[in-house]
Amino acid sequence: MEIILDVTDLHIEFHDHDQPEVAVEDFDLMLGRGEIVGIVGESGSGKSMSALAIAGLLNRKSLTKSGRIMFNGTDLLTCDRNILRSYQGDEISIIFQEPMTSLNPVKRIGWQVEESLFIHHPEISKAVRKEMAIKTLYSVGLSDAEKVYRMYPHELSGGMRQRVMIAAAMIGNPKILIADEPTTALDVTVQAQIVELLKKLNRERKTSIIFISHDLSLVSQLCERVIVMQKGNIVESGKTKKVFKRPGNIYTKRLIAAIPKIELR
Amino acid sequence: MRYIFKKLGMMIITLLVVSICVFLAFSIIPGDPAMRMLGTEASPELVEQTRQEMGLNDPVLVRYFKWFLGFIRGDFGISYNYKVPVGGMVLSKVPITLTMAVMAFILTVLISIPLGITTAKHENSLLDRCLTVINQVIMAIPPFFSGILITFIFGMIFRFFTPGGFVSYTTDLGKFIRYLFFPSLAIALPKISMTVRMLRGSLIDESQKDYTRTAYSRGNNTDGVLYRHVLKNAMIPVITFLGMALADMVAGSIVIEQVFGIPGISRILLTSISNRDYPVVEAIIMGIAVIVILVNFLVDVIYRIIDPRIGLEDE
Amino acid sequence: MSNPGKAFKRNIRENPYLLAGMIITALILLMILVGIFWTPYDPTQMNSAEKLQGISLRHIMGTDNMGRDVFSRVMYGSRITLLIAIGTVAIGTIVGTAIGAVTGYFGGMMDEILMRIIDALFAFPSILLALVIVSVFGTGWIQLLVALGIAFVPSYARIVRGEFLRCRNMDYVENARLQGVSDLRMIFVHILPNIKGVLASSILIGFNNAVLAEAGLSYLGVGSQPPYASLGKMLSDAQQYMFTTPSYVLCPGIVIVLMVLGFAFLGEGISRWK
Repeated sequence: MEIILDVTDLHIEFHDHDQPEVAVEDFDLMLGRGEIVGIVGESGSGKSMSALAIAGLLNRKSLTKSGRIMFNGTDLLTCDRNILRSYQGDEISIIFQEPMTSLNPVKRIGWQVEESLFIHHPEISKAVRKEMAIKTLYSVGLSDAEKVYRMYPHELSGGMRQRVMIAAAMIGNPKILIADEPTTALDVTVQAQIVELLKKLNRERKTSIIFISHDLSLVSQLCERVIVMQKGNIVESGKTKKVFKRPGNIYTKRLIAAIPKIELR
Repeated sequence: MRYIFKKLGMMIITLLVVSICVFLAFSIIPGDPAMRMLGTEASPELVEQTRQEMGLNDPVLVRYFKWFLGFIRGDFGISYNYKVPVGGMVLSKVPITLTMAVMAFILTVLISIPLGITTAKHENSLLDRCLTVINQVIMAIPPFFSGILITFIFGMIFRFFTPGGFVSYTTDLGKFIRYLFFPSLAIALPKISMTVRMLRGSLIDESQKDYTRTAYSRGNNTDGVLYRHVLKNAMIPVITFLGMALADMVAGSIVIEQVFGIPGISRILLTSISNRDYPVVEAIIMGIAVIVILVNFLVDVIYRIIDPRIGLEDE
Repeated sequence: MSNPGKAFKRNIRENPYLLAGMIITALILLMILVGIFWTPYDPTQMNSAEKLQGISLRHIMGTDNMGRDVFSRVMYGSRITLLIAIGTVAIGTIVGTAIGAVTGYFGGMMDEILMRIIDALFAFPSILLALVIVSVFGTGWIQLLVALGIAFVPSYARIVRGEFLRCRNMDYVENARLQGVSDLRMIFVHILPNIKGVLASSILIGFNNAVLAEAGLSYLGVGSQPPYASLGKMLSDAQQYMFTTPSYVLCPGIVIVLMVLGFAFLGEGISRWK
């Protein structure tokens, strides 16, 4: 399998308080083309921090990062901001936990879905952009795409907004989609639909997905490989099935034991 | 559309409430207007006849409606002191005061928005910290005192304009506007400080919201996030403030006209207050009230355009 | 956190606004307090031999057009300005809080009608409202105080009403209601103490607006009558001598600015309190 993302020795430290706090330590991840990798762990385990670091969104002053995040032969951690930006939204996209607040409340859906095209491909005409946006909205399961295109975020439900977020992330056909707890804020039925949608997009477009969740059952449905994190460290990783069948770590065992049995198939 | 109609209805109700308040305030004043008009030596018959002519013997409600309908038609009554229609006295002065208020408003917008953006962008920079202190100082200066200081500095020391050398808009429009520049600046100064402060705070608040992270994740640079995403959201509270500021500027011009010796509305208003020439005072107050209420209505409409969430329950 | 004295010291050190506000306000208050018992000269004593003098050791703020000592008059005028500002804020706060509390707590038809009127008045620039009231009741510093007080009522009523609307359905209020607390007790004992923070900051802001509005109205000649001049009135009298004796204009003006600035810095300092 072709490796498109190679993270080695990622180390993130906060300096908000008197004592530096380690958020992520010795994080490694190899992502193949078209692969779905899950990262699980409870809140504060560093899984979201790693995701934000890969997406290039950790830019606070009170923070130090080290290690390497290799993508397309460049190290995203140390490369020029302009190079990083040229990937963001085009080659690497991210969707967040809170679809309610992650969309700009005063801009139309269409505008927000198209934005990464507008930024990265200014040569595409307005009309084509609109056509592509509607097509993408349709492909994420919004059958009323033409209408949604003209709507504002507050007019949509949480599930629909998350679909819009996915459409906005996918419009440029990125190589990597990072999904940071994309279903946590949604109803259980909607959660399953979003997971199905991610599966479908992965299959059709060969997009690699990094799926971050604290919900092991969702991870087991979606991901071939899983990384288990605790307190900033990777405690276990491997094929999802193997990890689930024979967890080698006490923490993983406890996480698995916490899943309601009926969902473990 | 329904939102706009609703606001239009509210505007009319507010107008009615204000007109009733103003009318009642001036009709409870002790003293007989007929007497005031004729002087204390007038014969009782003449006073009674004048009362009849002025409609003062009608019930309050009738008098109110007569006055209000007259106001709508542009008939503001007759000045007690000068015995001429109020409209003629006041209307020629309106452009002077309004020009000043509008100029002050334009100055406020032109200066405060770029400054607010710059200070928010470079939060805690030297410029930002200096401006925060300067803003506090400017807000502590009474507008007429800054008017006096401006006259002193720009009029006397730099001689950019001649204090007291007002030129009417009928004689020379260019000179008229040039003379009004410094008075407008005096009106605008505290509003500029308040707007800068407010916009800066609003921008900083908005830039910490989740959607800015989304915007960065699409490859926006700082300016892209600021101008394409944050600014419009941050402007929403600022627009309300600017609407109120415009109303305040119309009122604030009363004081500033005194400082710079500008023969606008304020001079008539003040002499009418001290002479107890109530029809004139009523007309001016109502006129300003209409402007204030209209501005508020416009702000509501602009609001609706900028913020799609407003008026949701009506649709 | 545990030691309030320590927290205070740390804030004074790290928060220049708080320190500056405290120093300026203390100086102004000291000047006013001393002025009650002692002024360098009689503020109403005219002296034709010493008209319109600049700053000197004899008259640290110079003299006015009637040879009166400006510093003595400033000490006196600051007191009037301060009293009017306190009175204005007191009227505005008490009446505004009463209206806001009742309308916000009970709601209903009365709320609708009162709020329409309050909104209409609120939209109205307060200086204009005060001018209307002064023109109805006549000029003088008591009229001015009442006029400004009434003009300040709408903003307090709106703030308090908003807070009451917010608190009305909170759990602790529901709880008290279930225990049979009377409405009056609910308003004063249960809800009012919870909004004191909001009220305190609007009182600080209102105080500054009152000083500025008083100065503006006095400048227009509707305020205090001679010989007891407030700072605004002094400025108004002084304006025509601006070019011959700048100190006569600048000194009262700067005192107004410092008075407002002191409170503004205090407010800013408190808002940055850690």
